[in-house]
Amino acid sequence: MSMQSAPETGKASLWYDPKIRGYVYQALLIGAVVYIGYTMISNVSQNLARQRIPFGLDFWDSQAGFDINQALFPYSARSSYGDAFWVGLLNTLLVAAFGIFFATILGFLVGIARLSKNWIVAKAAMVYVEVIRNLPLLLQLLFWYKAVLEPLPRPRDSIAIPGGALLNNRGLYVPEPVFSAGAGLIGAAFLLAVFGSIAFYLWAKQQQAATGRIYPIGWLSLGALIGLPAVAYVVTGGPISFNYPAMGGLNVRGGITVYPEFIALLLGLTTYTAGFIAEVVRAGILAVSKGQWEAADSLGLPYSRTLSNVVIPQALRVIIPPLTSNYLNLTKNSSLAVVIGYPDLAQVFLGTVLNQTGRAIEIVGITMAVYLTISLLTSAFMNYYNQRMALVER
Amino acid sequence: MKTIMTGLLAGAALALTISAAAAQAQRSTLDQVKARGVLNCGSNTGLAGFGVPDAQGNWSGLDVDYCRAIAAAIFDDPSKVKFIPLTAQARFTALQSGEVDVLVRNSTWTMTRDTTLGIAFLATNYYDGQGFMVRKSLGVTSALKLEGAQVCTQQGTTTELNLADFFRKNNLKYTPVTFATADETRSAYEAGRCDAFTTDASGLYSERLKLSRPDDHIVLPEVISKEPLGSAVRANGDSQWANIVKWTHYAMLNAEELGVTRANLAQSLQSNNPEIRRLLGVESKLGEGIGLTNDWAARIIRHVGNYSESFERNVGAGSPLKISRGVNALWSNGGLQYAPPIR
Repeated sequence: MSMQSAPETGKASLWYDPKIRGYVYQALLIGAVVYIGYTMISNVSQNLARQRIPFGLDFWDSQAGFDINQALFPYSARSSYGDAFWVGLLNTLLVAAFGIFFATILGFLVGIARLSKNWIVAKAAMVYVEVIRNLPLLLQLLFWYKAVLEPLPRPRDSIAIPGGALLNNRGLYVPEPVFSAGAGLIGAAFLLAVFGSIAFYLWAKQQQAATGRIYPIGWLSLGALIGLPAVAYVVTGGPISFNYPAMGGLNVRGGITVYPEFIALLLGLTTYTAGFIAEVVRAGILAVSKGQWEAADSLGLPYSRTLSNVVIPQALRVIIPPLTSNYLNLTKNSSLAVVIGYPDLAQVFLGTVLNQTGRAIEIVGITMAVYLTISLLTSAFMNYYNQRMALVER
Repeated sequence: MKTIMTGLLAGAALALTISAAAAQAQRSTLDQVKARGVLNCGSNTGLAGFGVPDAQGNWSGLDVDYCRAIAAAIFDDPSKVKFIPLTAQARFTALQSGEVDVLVRNSTWTMTRDTTLGIAFLATNYYDGQGFMVRKSLGVTSALKLEGAQVCTQQGTTTELNLADFFRKNNLKYTPVTFATADETRSAYEAGRCDAFTTDASGLYSERLKLSRPDDHIVLPEVISKEPLGSAVRANGDSQWANIVKWTHYAMLNAEELGVTRANLAQSLQSNNPEIRRLLGVESKLGEGIGLTNDWAARIIRHVGNYSESFERNVGAGSPLKISRGVNALWSNGGLQYAPPIR
């Protein structure tokens, strides 16, 4: 039978062979992608040449000529466009890092609160989640900016916060530590405390696994982290002094300034993302089977220990993948800073630098590449963490 | 084989469309505008006196009149303009990419912009300079007393650069607070975010009127920069289009100089003055030389008026801004507005 049909299908089989057909389709697709890519590039370069618009990164080292209020390293109008790029990028990373930190804490608290047996706590958390998740972030940012600016007093009537900080509608001014000789010892003491705590934690866990004895890791570490630097401070004779902010001229001088734009953006991103993280956490906890709670109960574990040692470690496996995308969203959403004047990458580079240089294609390309890189790096780290947390078959 | 053929056909079709688009880009701007039947004019998103839409969407302002004058010269109809509101950030990209045919959006003529953006500035329709506005209650009377001030400004403008220069030159400290649009900048200033608000002096007067209590704010006397605000087109070698845009402004200036107004246009057409007769195309064929009709300037005067009429109506005595002609007076009155002769 097969012998007979072979010559018949010989000619047609080439086309009806799924493998060969697959190759043909793929080749066509690649051809189309390459062709479209080529046309785009040649079209752009032709148009640029015809309109005599220069192309390239030669603007990178030119003097920027504009100032930026919040810069994490010394930047002035004399710095280059490249420096302005780094200022913007660091500001984006700064607000993203703080935002992720606080949103995670707030999100976990709200997520757990939604499952609370206390009716008021659970409903309050529900209202929070529903309101926050269902309003556009842009609106919330404008709200926070107004909320930060409007009720705060003018610089002349700054609110004095115990400890030497000042608060007004130009921002929060906190005392700036000034280090003199011997301050390095305090840093060393702090590092010692950090490494000591880690070593103690590992040892205590080992002991617990072996003997079942539980050590107060948290309290001892906290004591070391505060105590050791404090002892070093006293021993070295107090080498840290503070530069306190004070009213001078039109504004407060001295200290470290936390600008209202940063505060508003951080508040907005944190509360917004926390709403989503809360739902992720709730889903994760509900995904842990009820039997685990009951087993922990029957062992007589208190609620907090059940949560932290039994339920959350298992819930994390469900939580981490969607948590990652919330982190990515927060980082990308930080580009909405443009509307409230926070000098992040989008505002400084995509806004001012683009406008002063006119290099739209280069700058938009670089900005996209940067956000993509940040997102991929965050994603890679969270995947690594997820693999570590995943169920290990023994 | 059939699929490959389809693919090839689709590819060829795509290539044809693209080359068709390229061919269209090669056509002169004037032909494109005529074929479209409307002039695309890059305008401000809303700056009283220069370019602002009212509640019915009717645009008015000095820059708006410039675009209407171009449309009047081409179509004999000043309403054949589509005003495209552009932020400071988007304006040059919009011009480069061909979204607008001409940009008349209180944009400062600088060497960087003129030489590196692929655009060409043509004529200055308003000579401006940058100033500061502060609250009266601040007790500051000079920009030199702004040591340590926080200053609100719009990003991507020459203002932002002059601000840095001014404080650096005078060895004063300051903190810039920048926003993407004029409205965001003003509202932050009004909320007390900054001690001072800076932009072009004309813009300061216009923005001041939008504050809830304009009288609580003063404009400081210092003018810290030169801001020639002008029209710009793409620098693609289309000299005909550049000439139309440039000479539209010059026609309005020459008309003012010769005393030709909307009201007396009919008599002026009968005038014996050879200069007026040349301007209005009674005895010249200059309009045809730039692809228009010979009565191009007469159309501008009929529909828009001369420079003085436009100025007084939008920013001068006949407007809420009440800006005096100052440096924008004709050269013959001691100002800077000077047009080459039409002959």
